[in-house]
Amino acid sequence: MINIIFFTLIGLGILFSIYRMIKGPTQFDRVVSLDVINVCIIGVLVIIAVVSKNELYLDVAIVYSILGFLETIVFAKFLEVRS
Amino acid sequence: MKYIGDVLLIISGLFYALGGLGLLRMPDVYNRAQAGTKATTLGTFSALIAACFYFPSWAPKLILILVFVAITNPVGSSTILKAAYKSGLKPIGMKEDGLNDFYTEEVKDGSNELS
Repeated sequence: MINIIFFTLIGLGILFSIYRMIKGPTQFDRVVSLDVINVCIIGVLVIIAVVSKNELYLDVAIVYSILGFLETIVFAKFLEVRS
Repeated sequence: MKYIGDVLLIISGLFYALGGLGLLRMPDVYNRAQAGTKATTLGTFSALIAACFYFPSWAPKLILILVFVAITNPVGSSTILKAAYKSGLKPIGMKEDGLNDFYTEEVKDGSNELS
């Protein structure tokens, strides 16, 4: 029951971020919403590891956080050089 | 032990939803990035500590993820906003001066309060 409430709330957050990613006036809005979605997915992976009692998902969460940070930095540098 | 984890999990989901709501409702890129980044950082902390309460033997990996998120999330947000500021995106409610810098608008009757 607690898990259902948690996944509903976090799905609401990801849904608002996806709306901002589609609608966003500038490109920086889209990159910021991508950053927020990455952090949300780290939380989802940790709670999936708790629900399925499998420790392997924590390694996935570590690698995903590293790749998400790299992605944010690369997008920021790309937009800064381009403009 | 389990009930503390339940409470932390509800707090975490609430802060994730509030971060998405701030991203939806704020008027500017700078406000949006601040609301989204702060709220989701606290939500991630709560989710990781809740997982620590559910399974105490997973604590080293969870603390590794927590430290990594605490370092990288503000750095990423700051880098995006620095790129947005350098590309000349105007903050809402501010005007541009001759040096390509931004300042707030003054109130007419001489007081320093913002309108």
